[in-house]
Amino acid sequence: MGEHVESYKAYKGEALKRIMVYALAVIIVAWIAVPLGLIFISAFAQPADYYNIHKLFPTHFTLDNVYTFLVVLGAWKSTLNSIIVAALTILISFAIGLPAGYSLSRYVFKGKDAFKLSIIGLRMFPVIVLAIPLVVIYLRIGLADTLIGVALAHTAMSLPFVVLITSSLFAGIPVDYEEAGMVFGLTGWEAFLRITMPLALPGLSAAAIFVFIMSWNEVFIASILTLVNRTLPADILVSALNAPDPYKFAAGFIMVLPAMIFVFFARKYLVQVWGISIK
Amino acid sequence: MDARRKALLFRKLTPYLLLLPTAAYMLFFIGYPIAETVRLAFTDPDTGALGLYNYLTLAQDFHFWEALRYTFLLAGVVIPIQVALALGVSVLLMRRFRGSGAVLYTFLIPLTISDVAAALIWYNILTGSGFLNRFLLNLGLISRPIQFFGYQYRDMEFLAIVTTEVWRATAIVFVIVFAGFQMIGKDYLEAADVFGATQWEKFRYIIFPLVKPSLQTALIIRTLFAMQVFAVVWILAGRDIPVLAGETYYWQVELKNPNVAAAYALIIAAISITLGFLYLKLFKPEYLEG
Amino acid sequence: MVGVRLENLVKRFGKVTAVDHINLEIRDGEFVVLLGPSGCGKTTTLRLIAGLELPDEGRVLFGDRDVTYLPPRERNISMVFQSYAVWPHMTVYENIAFPMRIRKVPEDEIKRKVRWAAQLLQIEDLLDRYPHQLSGGQRQRVAVARAIVVEPDVLLMDEPLSNLDALLRVVMRSELKKLQRRLNVTTIYVTHDQVEAMVMADRVAVMRSGRIQQVGTPQEVYDKPANVFVAGFIGSPRMNLFPASVVERDGAILLDAGGLEVKLPADMAEALRRAGPPGEVIAGIRPEDIHPTDRVPPGVEPYEVEGKVDFVEPLGSDTIVHVETSGPVILMKVPGSFPVRMGDEIRVVLNLRKLHVFEKSSEKAIF
Repeated sequence: MGEHVESYKAYKGEALKRIMVYALAVIIVAWIAVPLGLIFISAFAQPADYYNIHKLFPTHFTLDNVYTFLVVLGAWKSTLNSIIVAALTILISFAIGLPAGYSLSRYVFKGKDAFKLSIIGLRMFPVIVLAIPLVVIYLRIGLADTLIGVALAHTAMSLPFVVLITSSLFAGIPVDYEEAGMVFGLTGWEAFLRITMPLALPGLSAAAIFVFIMSWNEVFIASILTLVNRTLPADILVSALNAPDPYKFAAGFIMVLPAMIFVFFARKYLVQVWGISIK
Repeated sequence: MDARRKALLFRKLTPYLLLLPTAAYMLFFIGYPIAETVRLAFTDPDTGALGLYNYLTLAQDFHFWEALRYTFLLAGVVIPIQVALALGVSVLLMRRFRGSGAVLYTFLIPLTISDVAAALIWYNILTGSGFLNRFLLNLGLISRPIQFFGYQYRDMEFLAIVTTEVWRATAIVFVIVFAGFQMIGKDYLEAADVFGATQWEKFRYIIFPLVKPSLQTALIIRTLFAMQVFAVVWILAGRDIPVLAGETYYWQVELKNPNVAAAYALIIAAISITLGFLYLKLFKPEYLEG
Repeated sequence: MVGVRLENLVKRFGKVTAVDHINLEIRDGEFVVLLGPSGCGKTTTLRLIAGLELPDEGRVLFGDRDVTYLPPRERNISMVFQSYAVWPHMTVYENIAFPMRIRKVPEDEIKRKVRWAAQLLQIEDLLDRYPHQLSGGQRQRVAVARAIVVEPDVLLMDEPLSNLDALLRVVMRSELKKLQRRLNVTTIYVTHDQVEAMVMADRVAVMRSGRIQQVGTPQEVYDKPANVFVAGFIGSPRMNLFPASVVERDGAILLDAGGLEVKLPADMAEALRRAGPPGEVIAGIRPEDIHPTDRVPPGVEPYEVEGKVDFVEPLGSDTIVHVETSGPVILMKVPGSFPVRMGDEIRVVLNLRKLHVFEKSSEKAIF
């Protein structure tokens, strides 16, 4: 009889722990998801409903806020600019950084450690410090207020990341594969292209997505470097803040959406990028 | 050049050639602007002479001292909260339970959210006609909306900023800390169980020492970022709560004075470098050796 | 199909000389094994032959062609890697077909040869699979099939069996050797397993610290090891090696091994006298050349020793007996059926014909 009480107590203790764990899990998910859900709601709420504070939740929804924000307030232009800048950033940072990542992963050479250390150090460099002089420099070389100018600055920001992530990706692909390719008829370059690249592609795509998001989200440099050709976050900072609330929320919605979607697709690669695995 | 010399030379040079674009790019895009920042910061915008003129301007502007104070104050309030949350969630997620994958993914979502969006998200919640006020009003818990924004409600603005930053940036700390947690071999914890350790003892004697390196890394990265806090403050409080990056922006874009802006930028850089140094001195970051 | 010649090959990595003036001649169609412990330079040598590394000094010749600085693809070689290096994003068929695709072999010829190679390696029904669906042993066969499918001048193999379990290793050993015999391709094979080397090689090159210690047929390196290292490396269980002194007593040359005074046959004594003044040496005799007194086979030149059984290792078909003598402890190999227990007093006979003596300083064999 005593045993039953003991094991029942242990069982209850375990059950209690389980409930707490699940309760905490729900709280954590709500903490993140609810604010997100709320801005989605506000972005699509009828302004009348939004301004009526006696209504707990808006019940009438409209696409008007988003439409007005994009078309009437011209935000489609800055959205497009953001996409162009992000795409350019990916292109340039990978074109420059991928070879460096490959070099770090495959070769042993004098100065390798120093280079790697400086790349790691650069990741922690306050990049916003670059924005001020770049305005002056860009004025001199005619890149002021251009999308390519912003892209070049974003590339400087993401290059260390690209070098380190491609280095880790390539290191994970055994060099034997390339050597076998070379034994059986390929040049080093062909072996890289036909054997290593297909195997690295998934990881590289994920890395590209993260670079896209970094560029898409970046606001300080973009605001300082652009005047007319603004990216979306710069546009929001400067003009949307003076607009009525519903347009603010439409803006927030547009900022958030692509990032969330992309990272959902790339979530398997959080291992490569941050070292964590999602089972 | 004969085949031998050509082959050997190619082998020797290839790694350096592959690095060259990156090295050149970083040199140009970091080196040159830094030099230019220094030049701008120490140049008098009116006369073009070199000197400490801009720093005098800074020192005489009370906004500068406020910015210095608020930047550090914000970091000092936000970061400990984030560390505690990151550790807590990590410990929770170490228990494999159904749905822990979903919790993990959700908790990481803010990593992808820009500070602009985060500010708008919390503005939505905390503003006069925002959801918090609606909720409380309709439940009869308050009779008038709580004001979070506006110069006279600066303390509330600070609270709003803290909340937003905690919501947005905890994931940055978490991601590094949790990676450290995941590297703890299961056997260590199982051995502790076999030898009869309690949850707290396990945490204190095994988990915490093993995640300390990750924690230190996360701390320095988060702190460096915190020195550059900008959009969240700017959107929620404007210049009511000055911060260093905000003042930099203001002097550059609104006062059109790149020299003082550069002076600010140098200060941010100096603070970052000093913190980096202190960090290297205090902790030996093993992650740099990886 | 050509012979391979290595002339004075040197390869350094920083301060370490991995390959230290290697000279080796491999005949057309021969199966040569580079044998040695890890770090001896055998894999580096193989990679120099493949063109995956470039030497600091020396030459590699395929027949008359100096291939020393040619990239791998211009050497007409094939290689089986230790990790197999079977490409994960291609099917087995694609993997095997690859060398032919590169050489623009017509499609029907490719099909024919892939089937031929797959049949030889018994993997015909795996052609549509991907490597991750295969076991290690199957992947290894794919690697071999891929290597034989174009007729290379030289076939290189880098410890291809070391990742297989013991049983499979034994099976594949003879399969690879039979394959090579059939194809008659010049083969250079690297391993640290001396049993593999003995079973498969036409000739063995024993390596240590970047240098070749001895080249010879398996029987030659077994019967006449050139130095202490080869003597100790070849043969399982290991040759008994112990310090001894050559002494002159009453005009005769004797070998003194700490309590055992061995009177040597005339020719051996003469060889010792010619080798130099009496002094310290290293003596060796294999466990299989020591016999219990009642089990001495014919043709043995006996030297009787008495001792006590210190330890017994039953291996099933054989038993290794550790015998404590007034000199060194020696290991003796006997049939498994031989009755012996720890602590037994025992008399054994050393076959002096099979005694080896090495110079102490140079470790080179006197006989």
